[in-house]
Amino acid sequence: MTAPRDKFGRPVVVVTGMGIMTSLGAGKADNWAKLVAGESGIRTITRFPIDGLKTTMAGTVDFVSVDPFSSTALSERMADLVTQEALEQAGIGAKGDFPGPLFLAVAPVEVEWPQRRELGRAAGKLDVNYDDLLRISGGGKFAAYHHRFMFGSVAAYLAETFGTKGSPISLSTACASGATSIQLGVEAIRRGETDAALCVATDGTVNPEALVRFSLLSALSTQNDPPQAASRPFSKNRDGFVMAEGAGALVLESYEAATARGAKILGVIAGCGELTDSFHRTRSSPDGKPIIGCMKKTLADAGMEPDQIDHINAHGTSTPENDKMEYNTTSAVFGELVQKIPVTSNKSMVGHTISAAGAVEAIFSLLTLEHQRIPPTINYDIPDPTILFDVVGNKARDARVSAVMSNSFGFGGQNASLILTREPA
Amino acid sequence: MTETASKPGQTEVWITGIGLATSLGEGLDANWAALQEKRVNVDEKGFAPCIVHPLMPVSFDSQIPKKGDQRQMEAWQRIGTYAAGLALDSAGIKGNKDILSKIDMVVAAGGGERDLNVDSGVLTAEAKGANAPGFLNERLMSDLRPTLFLAQLSNLLAGNIAIVHGLGGTSRTFMGEEVAGADAARIALSRIASGESDIALVGGSHNGERKDLLVLYEFGDFNLKDKFAPVWARKDHTGFALGSAGAFLVLESRAHAEARGAKPFAKLSSVVADLARRKQPGDMAATLEKLWAKLPTHAGKGAIISGATGAEPATSEERGFLKSHADFPVRATGTMFGHTMETQFPLGIALAALSISRGALFPPNDTTGTEIEMQGAPTQIVVVGAGHWRGEGMALVEAVN
Repeated sequence: MTAPRDKFGRPVVVVTGMGIMTSLGAGKADNWAKLVAGESGIRTITRFPIDGLKTTMAGTVDFVSVDPFSSTALSERMADLVTQEALEQAGIGAKGDFPGPLFLAVAPVEVEWPQRRELGRAAGKLDVNYDDLLRISGGGKFAAYHHRFMFGSVAAYLAETFGTKGSPISLSTACASGATSIQLGVEAIRRGETDAALCVATDGTVNPEALVRFSLLSALSTQNDPPQAASRPFSKNRDGFVMAEGAGALVLESYEAATARGAKILGVIAGCGELTDSFHRTRSSPDGKPIIGCMKKTLADAGMEPDQIDHINAHGTSTPENDKMEYNTTSAVFGELVQKIPVTSNKSMVGHTISAAGAVEAIFSLLTLEHQRIPPTINYDIPDPTILFDVVGNKARDARVSAVMSNSFGFGGQNASLILTREPA
Repeated sequence: MTETASKPGQTEVWITGIGLATSLGEGLDANWAALQEKRVNVDEKGFAPCIVHPLMPVSFDSQIPKKGDQRQMEAWQRIGTYAAGLALDSAGIKGNKDILSKIDMVVAAGGGERDLNVDSGVLTAEAKGANAPGFLNERLMSDLRPTLFLAQLSNLLAGNIAIVHGLGGTSRTFMGEEVAGADAARIALSRIASGESDIALVGGSHNGERKDLLVLYEFGDFNLKDKFAPVWARKDHTGFALGSAGAFLVLESRAHAEARGAKPFAKLSSVVADLARRKQPGDMAATLEKLWAKLPTHAGKGAIISGATGAEPATSEERGFLKSHADFPVRATGTMFGHTMETQFPLGIALAALSISRGALFPPNDTTGTEIEMQGAPTQIVVVGAGHWRGEGMALVEAVN
């Protein structure tokens, strides 16, 4: 059917397995059904007390339980489940023997409050400081916390469980992490280092301190009631993003290896690009050049022109600044086409899954290609008049979609884009 | 096993810049001089009973001129941003907009220096009976500095480097303790060797003077306590002494370096890494042997720079592996610099390149006979990085022909 190499002579990288979990549910079928129905996974937080918080809702994954609870343990469990789903679909390798490396996007790991409080109680004093905690931490009683709170712990668990090869990489590029994990897999296959890569992204960090941190940066929506209406990308009355949990896993293979073993090809990662913004820790350069450059690099990497993109899965966080910046930069790249290309933000329904978002949205983009149906951007009742995107507002839209651009932008100047297609170009 | 090695037809990758800010000093000359004098800088009192290697004070202003930038960072980010600046200076590309706008950055990072007063305040109030459901929320909302989060986020070391030094290429942050440093070098090398990239800034930084980190490692009884001893002499008194350091390297394709007249310290020929299961004694040593077999070492004067931590059983396993390569004199960076976690591997590559460029391995600093004198100039140095808990990495640094 098609050459196994792209126009630059590199191996074509295809997707042969996908697994997903969000606040909407577990698995591709459930997520897709709810996504195109315009359902929201955002709800009032019940995992911990919300007294004293400005933002009291999130897209939590409450149907997966871990004991003892920690955000890292939840991230690990979700990653485990979505990887199982992806491997089952791909049918690659053998159980516990994946024939390639692991690239894992995961939130930075730290000792969390339940554990810190346990230490505080163990210190057995009324005035507790870190010297007291240090004094009672050794001796093996808390050894499990060392193992749990190593930054590499989730990747090590997945590598051992699924038998990925070599040193698993745990990465963070903030809100672009999921896209970066895919990019690392694509590059490894293009270099010919491997025929397959497992790219996983997970984030289970809806906990009090994480919520407070984003809240103190005024990044979160405070439209708590009703929670389902809080995330409203591209709307005039948007006021921040909604934290959410989720995970996505993709099995990437060279086209040649996938076809040789008769695997079903779910889509192609036609291009990836990234570009750093050195303007500010949390804000984009006002001229948007790094984001513009990121999208252009991605188009160039795919060997495509703007008019070949027929859908954009936007970063679309629902913060006042992001959505405006995303429109301006997309306009700069796509020119007049910007008003004709259907744009949607999955975050209107699943919230912002932070470290997982790039992978979660890549999977939704691939499902869009499969079903030829674009999920809606819900809560799109008062369009921002300065954002002239053709937003797929409130109702899913059938469309002929052959190439999707999926964008991710994050704190620390991280910008990454992917182009996904149905078949090799 | 994942590997990066220069294959025939692939680009040779040079180390053209090194930036070091450590417990022994700042810059290449100060660190080299301290190594010659076998100087070790430890603080046995400030974090007693734990021992740490504190950063030799530097003037951050010289690399981070804006006080506002310095205030936005915690110590680990300041150390790294400083060392990254030194590396760019060393490579002669500081302020070179053409190059900095395309340089690729791969950073190995931990993160999260906590506000100890906030944590202690919450725990103390709870010990004294505060138990309202929203107590923690309210304290965190009122007590946490809004910008502290940005000083904690792992990828904000790279973010700060980009902001302060004007880097505009790509930026990737790898986490995962020691082996993250090896993986950062591995991915940067493979991207340059394959032609995906021309030039990269690679490294990490670590602040060892942190009680919250000491607590984390104390969970596993990994902290060296009470009395300092060289890494190889800790068999009956195990553990690592956390160290503060920033170590960054500029990696560059030979063609890119030659085109701008840059001189190499050494070439980075190969970086390999793996994850041993470490279920049985010998698992880790077997993985190290497999990694060694993948390195294109050759006849000639060789040495090993090890990131052995002093933690057991990893250090004893590594010593067993080293014994089977006894023709390569060994140096343990953990003795002189402490254990700098994600930074230890880039630090090892830096010291390997420095030793090759200065025509001598630095002297042994050991009481057990594991480290022996080396006569003559090394032409190849293997950097070994076996994590205290997980992860194994190895690199081959060679003299440029």
